[in-house]
Amino acid sequence: MRPFDYVRPAEASSAVATVAGDPGAAYIGGGTNLVDHMKLGIAAPTSLVDVRGLLSDRVEETPEGVLRVGAAVPNSDLAAHPEVRRRFPVLSQALLSGASGQLRNVATTGGNLLQRTRCVYFQNRAMPCNKREPGTGCAAVEGYGRYNAVLGTSEHCVATHPSDMAVALTALGARVRVLGPEGERTVDLPGLHRLPGDRPERDTVLEHGELITAVELPRLPLARRSAYRKVRDRASYAFALVSVAAALEVVEGTVTDVRVAFGGLAHAPWRALRAEEVLRGRAATEESFREAAEAELAGARTGPDNAFKVPLAVNTLAATLRGLTAEEARR
Amino acid sequence: MEATITLRVDGEKHELTVDTRTTLLDALRDRLGVTSPKKGCDHGQCGACTVLVEGRRVLSCLTFAVAQEEAEVTTAAGLAGEGELHPVARAFVDNDGFQCGYCTPGQVCSAVGMLREAAEGWPSHVSGDLEGPVRLDDEEIRERMSGNLCRCGAYANIVAAIREAAE
Ligand SMILES: Cc1cc2nc3c(=O)[nH]c(=O)nc-3n(C[C@H](O)[C@H](O)[C@H](O)COP(=O)(O)OP(=O)(O)OC[C@H]3O[C@@H](n4cnc5c(N)ncnc54)[C@H](O)[C@@H]3O)c2cc1C
Ligand code: SF4
Ligand code: FES
Ligand code: FES
Repeated sequence: MRPFDYVRPAEASSAVATVAGDPGAAYIGGGTNLVDHMKLGIAAPTSLVDVRGLLSDRVEETPEGVLRVGAAVPNSDLAAHPEVRRRFPVLSQALLSGASGQLRNVATTGGNLLQRTRCVYFQNRAMPCNKREPGTGCAAVEGYGRYNAVLGTSEHCVATHPSDMAVALTALGARVRVLGPEGERTVDLPGLHRLPGDRPERDTVLEHGELITAVELPRLPLARRSAYRKVRDRASYAFALVSVAAALEVVEGTVTDVRVAFGGLAHAPWRALRAEEVLRGRAATEESFREAAEAELAGARTGPDNAFKVPLAVNTLAATLRGLTAEEARR
Repeated sequence: MEATITLRVDGEKHELTVDTRTTLLDALRDRLGVTSPKKGCDHGQCGACTVLVEGRRVLSCLTFAVAQEEAEVTTAAGLAGEGELHPVARAFVDNDGFQCGYCTPGQVCSAVGMLREAAEGWPSHVSGDLEGPVRLDDEEIRERMSGNLCRCGAYANIVAAIREAAE
């Protein structure tokens, strides 16, 4: 591991000035992703700026009814927050389906959003990888492909985004507050994470030195009936093969409003606008659910290892919406 | 680069100078001789290095020692009272909740942290109702402890031990 300086500035502005002014500097939150990457030699910062102490670790409601989550709020505390459980169950469920109790206790909201892909070739310095070393090629295209993306891929990278939380936030239309050397800005979800295109080394639209300070959840009454469903190779403590975050409103058997996002399918959490469009105004039936999912996945590009993801995504969305419809009927 | 830090471990204060690259796990084991947290994978995947920081269970292999300045760290060894095992450790002994014992200190710390989370009413991935009371049945215990692997496969008795400790 490369030697590094460790600093804990008291002010966000000085943290931003430090990182923005030094290409070798990096923020560290809980460290559960970055420390691992430093051990693997795939990240080698010369200076670490610990931001836990200077970012809010509280969930607060603004006068407009927006729930503001400080970027230092641990994943466990966010999942257990009474207002999140009540108003945004999909977010609690997504967080609880990720990692382990120990990791969630430490992982921060900001760090979770910026965690990097679990592509096995990205994590192995001996293999070619355009994300880690631009221009070296992509070992995953011809290699082990079970976790590869099926939507929005490019010839340069077929990695998937690993965060469960980000999928729920994408369905909820959350906003990310960012502080940079030029001041504050807001980035909407979806919109933070990029598709790979010909720049797979860039996961997000953030510039070096930009600091996530908070995530905002606008009011969304629809989300009271929402759910996260994650399919993986073992029952717990594993990343998603496919996941679905959905919120649904059904009135007299007709879908009146719906939000859907997929995880495990793309380089970014995937808001399924096409599926939502198919569903609005349609009967809340198995047939509509499948048709909507199929419409969303029509553009999927698969290989032999990951072709299963298409029917799996269709089944998972149908099951999630079926569950939410049944919940609605019980009310 | 070096940094001088204070670590509070199992009720004792230590001042030490560490290379900033030293993880909390390595500082505990190699610098302070506190060997109850174990190194399994060193990548956050097994839970053998679990300790409590301010009462919360965390992985000591994925945090640098410098980031734990002044934090209260409790290891499995530090859970014990005067000449007496902690009730959770006692339950592991009484239920044969281990074979080789390598994962056990991490399991015990994790279980102590987990019981506190459950007492606070935190739901888990398998809780049917996010807002309902927590009932620690076997399915809940297994899910909440899924971050602790046991290479010997002593899971059945680990669950039994934690069920007993939870009562
Ligand atoms: C074994 C294992 C299993 C896991 N399983 C899952 C899973 O199933 N689902 C899932 O979603 N996740 C999973 N995770 C990943 C885990 O959720 C992330 O490691 C965690 O959320 C990262 O948060 P952190 O605060 O520790 O980030 P850090 O490691 O501190 O940082 C991650 C990145 O974000 C940057 N950063 C941190 N904070 C900020 C900020 N405020 N502003 C700007 N940049 C910042 C850092 O520079 C770094 O690049 C797993 C991890 C492990 C080790
Ligand atoms: S899929 Fe992306 S991250 Fe994985 S090897 Fe290819 S370029 Fe690297
Ligand atoms: S040694 Fe820390 S999780 Fe395995
Ligand atoms: S008892 Fe041997 S690893 Fe768990």
